[in-house]
Amino acid sequence: MMSLKGAADSLSDGIDEQWLQTKPISLWKTTLRRLLRRKTGIVGLILIGFMMTMAIGAPAFAPYDPEQVLIGKEKVRKREAPCIHLLGCPSERPQHLMGIDGNFRDQLSRVIYGARVSLSIGFTTVLFAFFGGTILGAIAAYWGGWLDNLIMRIMDVILGFPSLLLAIAIVAVLGPGIRNALFAISIVTLPAYARVMRASVLSIKEMDYVAASQALGASRLRILLTRIVPNALTPIVVLSTLGIASAILDAAGLSFLGLGAQPPTPEWGTMLGAERNQVFSAPHLVFFPGLAIMLTVLGFNLLGDGLRDALDPRLNH
Amino acid sequence: MLQYIIRRLLVAIPVLFGILLVTFVLARMIPGDPCKAILGEKATVEVCERFARDHGLDQPIVVQFGIYAKDILRADFGESIRFSRPVSQILVERLPMTIELAVGGLLLAILIGVPLGIISAMRHNTGTDVATMVVANIGISMPVFWLGLMLAYLFALVLKGTPFWLPPSGRLSAGLVSVPFYEAWSWQLAPGTTWTKFLEFISNHFVFNALITGNWKILKDAVQHLILPVFALCTIPMAIIARMTRSSLLEVLGRDYIRTARAKGAIERRVLIGHALRNALLPVVTILGLQMGGLLSGAVLTETVFGLAGVGRMLFEAITARDYPIIQAFTVVIAVCYMLINLIVDVSYAFLDPKVRLD
Repeated sequence: MMSLKGAADSLSDGIDEQWLQTKPISLWKTTLRRLLRRKTGIVGLILIGFMMTMAIGAPAFAPYDPEQVLIGKEKVRKREAPCIHLLGCPSERPQHLMGIDGNFRDQLSRVIYGARVSLSIGFTTVLFAFFGGTILGAIAAYWGGWLDNLIMRIMDVILGFPSLLLAIAIVAVLGPGIRNALFAISIVTLPAYARVMRASVLSIKEMDYVAASQALGASRLRILLTRIVPNALTPIVVLSTLGIASAILDAAGLSFLGLGAQPPTPEWGTMLGAERNQVFSAPHLVFFPGLAIMLTVLGFNLLGDGLRDALDPRLNH
Repeated sequence: MLQYIIRRLLVAIPVLFGILLVTFVLARMIPGDPCKAILGEKATVEVCERFARDHGLDQPIVVQFGIYAKDILRADFGESIRFSRPVSQILVERLPMTIELAVGGLLLAILIGVPLGIISAMRHNTGTDVATMVVANIGISMPVFWLGLMLAYLFALVLKGTPFWLPPSGRLSAGLVSVPFYEAWSWQLAPGTTWTKFLEFISNHFVFNALITGNWKILKDAVQHLILPVFALCTIPMAIIARMTRSSLLEVLGRDYIRTARAKGAIERRVLIGHALRNALLPVVTILGLQMGGLLSGAVLTETVFGLAGVGRMLFEAITARDYPIIQAFTVVIAVCYMLINLIVDVSYAFLDPKVRLD
């Protein structure tokens, strides 16, 4: 009978030492590689990259200060249509690619600066909902029992309301303003994250490596934080990307109703809301902010789709 | 089945209680004094005291909640502080508009979304598929209010004078009045009864009312007024339905029973309609309920853009005016509608799919 050592030696003979030393490719690296192979992902990344560049470099790209009133400084008319020299606008008139708004401000500069507001709304809201939802969902699933029931019933009540209506009600309580709008949107989106996290934790809880950790005597908190949560993050990352898109849309909706960002903040929804009655006489003031919202939201939706496909092991890559 | 429905209803009770509690607390937390908001800043202390007594606002908060919950369960929504009229009467006037809008939006979303998804799945990875999905992605990303304004600009101004012109606001053209069916049929009704209110509620669905009374002029006008808001409202659910139908159909088409059906020599249309579509549409049914929430949210924005007097717009105005009874009643009604729709979807899902084990 072969000794145990002999058996181990003969087994390791067939393994290439070099192969053992190669670093495993991480999930996120593989995902990025797959994402870059998908057109939707690339288009999404380009759109988001473009908007982020606009947001970061706003002072460099914007020809005017977004809150600067041009009356008395230039010969401009209220709600003047775009003047583009290349398209035949006389060169003696100052160029305003997106026209002038109802307060004699350059619309292009406001749209560019709007990227800052909208992107920060998107990221902040999702960050809050992400952490809140992840923690609540993980606790509910891992501890179970009455705590699970309590947390999930509260989430059910929040889900019982159409999201924008609840957000409107919350903002009405806290008072209009961008910070309260952010908070309201975070609250109404939180249940989605909690539910997804709970579902992933519930399935991962039963995995062998969790049982192994338990057998090794790891504490519940340690198992939750180092074994379960990192492995349950995949679906919630996809949800967050798509969540940024809907957060931007909802925030724009609140601002459109006058409950979000307040004038003169250059926020796309606020700009649209302020000029909505002028749509027949000055359509450019409605068109451009809306287009900016659409392109940003589209970017995050496409990236979210691409990420979902890239992270889905069932799809044939 | 019955057991499942009963259990599902029982689960809904704590949620309903939560909804009542949330609406009550939120309405009470809205800053500002309703007395000053309604009667004006110059209202004296005595006047405000009487106002609080009349509206039960001087009672302890727990008692107020008790009264509120009891009234709501008896469908007694109290009186609007701002309009001094029963809230139920305002609901009877405003809710039909929103129902027409939401139902129209959902129908259009299904009628366009499902075929788009099918075409896309059938021509998987072709130009048609890519184009459809690009359109769907753009549809999901468009703000309802922006699309609404742009549609109004295009159809009411640019296309003015052409047969494609559509009205940008309102429910009916000036000068047209929708005659309720019970008046058209000369029914004798006792005013103020629940039955009369119910008939009034039904007749306020202008499209339905015109349809049953055969008033084609009103029907055409009401539908014309609905086209733009319904289209603006339906784009997001439509795009979601199209994407869902596509991915679900693609998954089903790869299953063994489809291969079996093809191997048996069934023609492609039969494979698609008889075998694939029936199974593929199940997940689509589930998301229909969820889309209703989006439609109701979108209704606030759509009603604002198109100047329509529905519940969404009314609720928004009530919040700014701190009209507690309206805020509470409208939120509860909307949340309960939403809950019921999801209940119906859950139950219908069990009906449609024999594989779903109900207990």
